[in-house]
Amino acid sequence: MSILINGVSKTFGSFKALDNVNLEVPDGSLLALLGPSGSGKTTLLRIIAGLEIADSGTVVHQNEDITHHPPRDRKVGFVFQHYALFRHMTVAENIGFGLRMRKVSKAKIEERVRELLQLIRLEGLGSRYPGQLSGGQRQRVALARSLAAQPRVLLLDEPFGALDAKVRQELRHWLRKLHKEIHVTSIFVTHDQEEALEVADKVVVMNEGRIEQIGTPEEVYDHPKTPFVYQFLGNVNLFHGRVHNGRAHIGGLEVEAPEHADAVHTPAVAYVRPHDFEISKTRNGGGSSWFEATIDQLLAVGPVARLDLKRPGSDEPIQAEISRDQYRDLDLSEGDKVFIRPRRLKLFAGEERPTGT
Amino acid sequence: MSTDAISQKAPAAAAAAAKIRKAQQDPALVRWGLTFLALGVIGILVIIPVINVFTVAFSHGVGVYFDNLFANKDTFHAIKLTLTVVPIAVAANLIFGISAAWAIARFSFPGRALLTALIDLPFAVSPVVAGLSFVLIFGLQGYLGPFLREDGYSAMPYLVSAFAALISGLVYFLLLPGNPNARTGIWRYPWAAAIAVAVITFAVLFFLQQYFQVWPKKESLKVIFAIPGLVLATAFVTFPFVARELIPTMEAVGSDEELAAVTLGASGWQMFWHVTIPNIKWGLAYGIILCNARAMGEFGAVYVVSGHIAGKTDTMPLRIEKLFQEFNLEGSYAVASVLTLLAIITLIIKTRLERKVPASATAPGPMKPNTNEEDV
Repeated sequence: MSILINGVSKTFGSFKALDNVNLEVPDGSLLALLGPSGSGKTTLLRIIAGLEIADSGTVVHQNEDITHHPPRDRKVGFVFQHYALFRHMTVAENIGFGLRMRKVSKAKIEERVRELLQLIRLEGLGSRYPGQLSGGQRQRVALARSLAAQPRVLLLDEPFGALDAKVRQELRHWLRKLHKEIHVTSIFVTHDQEEALEVADKVVVMNEGRIEQIGTPEEVYDHPKTPFVYQFLGNVNLFHGRVHNGRAHIGGLEVEAPEHADAVHTPAVAYVRPHDFEISKTRNGGGSSWFEATIDQLLAVGPVARLDLKRPGSDEPIQAEISRDQYRDLDLSEGDKVFIRPRRLKLFAGEERPTGT
Repeated sequence: MSTDAISQKAPAAAAAAAKIRKAQQDPALVRWGLTFLALGVIGILVIIPVINVFTVAFSHGVGVYFDNLFANKDTFHAIKLTLTVVPIAVAANLIFGISAAWAIARFSFPGRALLTALIDLPFAVSPVVAGLSFVLIFGLQGYLGPFLREDGYSAMPYLVSAFAALISGLVYFLLLPGNPNARTGIWRYPWAAAIAVAVITFAVLFFLQQYFQVWPKKESLKVIFAIPGLVLATAFVTFPFVARELIPTMEAVGSDEELAAVTLGASGWQMFWHVTIPNIKWGLAYGIILCNARAMGEFGAVYVVSGHIAGKTDTMPLRIEKLFQEFNLEGSYAVASVLTLLAIITLIIKTRLERKVPASATAPGPMKPNTNEEDV
């Protein structure tokens, strides 16, 4: 086990940034800490790096308790959101800084810098200053700099947050590839669910200083453990209702809920992803699982058609997504009356926590 | 884009731009009037007096000018005294300024706002009041006066050992092994080193003083009417300059690079020299220049604490005033010309530095995300 976090808590003034967090990071994994701002993900990363000290709990690194070690003794590489390159040093000097501070010989530093410049594909730019590079190039230099001293862990704080969409996309792929090549245990922080799901091989969803769920991207997306994870990963429609004796009553709908067989008139919330709706122009005999709605707005740009629906007697809009083909087959237009049915829904009974989006 | 570039590309657009510019401009009368007013005021208040200083100083020729400066024993002593007091005061403020700016820009601690306000205090207080307050503490009628007069030097072992403790405490933390497991022996007792050094230094100094008389016994230690008073007064009046200049610079630069250095394996000391200092060097130089200029010209506070003893505690500004009072116009203006010359040199260096100071936060190029010309 590369990194082990045991019951770490951290408070800033009256704000509880981390609340008894436990986490295991296996060797060689690429892990994403995903959460909204204020969820404690960056604080956790900084505690692993030694830039913050936990109020309680321990951080164990390859069987060595490093909770109170200063950053320089932790052999971690840290990549900052805004690069934090030394502006008065050239790219080569930046990359070689860590080795220079550790009194490595000049020849060895030069060799390593050349190696890394090749790795980040910036050969020939070693004598430039950070100010003369583009954002994406700077972030790669920052990455090379953090890798120079061969860290045991690579920590990245919103590494692509300051870049524009296209560059971000390219750098994501590049990071994924790089990790396959060098296989250093990496943890990166992001608030972008798409980024986490796409890059990481394990995602840790955080909220309000706690870990909500740990799992592979597929696990957290397809089988969210908590309402928060459901809402945070992708768009979602929310329906309030009740469960009773294994059946859920949501709006006009009645669905089987075998996992809540012993529930007695318990309030419940059902979540349905927009692409999990089935849409039909007729109530094809399906009985109580279909309900009626009118198309309020229609947006058919790109691979999917987005529908804003309204149920009679309810102001809450329902978002649905269907493929372009299906949209064409159904021949829909705004104001049409349709019947919709959730193909899949996730039920959380006894919902006690407010789940604002 | 400059207007030249526009005119090259599209003359029609240039004409339109000129029209807009005209519409935005004030009438000629206002423009010329304001320009003349500004130049006139500067001419009367600054340029003519400065020229006058040099004219009067050289009115009896170059020979007399240099005689006035160097042949007059008291004047020459005043120049030497200023050149002694000012570097000490500037050095003290350099250390204080960096520490204060670091504390304010990098940490949040109780009393931070108060410290920020107090740094500006010398700007708000009249120098004469500052001088008087020192007289009130160290003067004959002051709180410490009788003691300093009786046996002032007996305080020296205490002062020196306290200073040694401070230095050894700093050295201790700089040498402290980062890895807690490597902290064995003396490294497990953070305060022990400072206390031990203080006790040992004190014992040694006390012994030396007792048997070998390092400092004179039963003699008065002069602060007021002596160099220590001059240094204190000068340092007090000029202490905002370095800190005031550094705080915004350090805040603009931010602490990310310093944190990056630490995660890359730099010690606190290495971080300071390799990252912090290069990032703030122009602001630092600017602060030192201003501090130095103000320290050389300081009159009010120094006037009060110096006692005005010719050949002993007269600094250059005090000497100028004294010569002037004695109707030695040329002598007075000769000294004044030296101060003026130093001021002009300061101004030139300052202007040069000013071009670099605002850039220091972004130099050598803007660090804003720049997403053009991408080639991943």
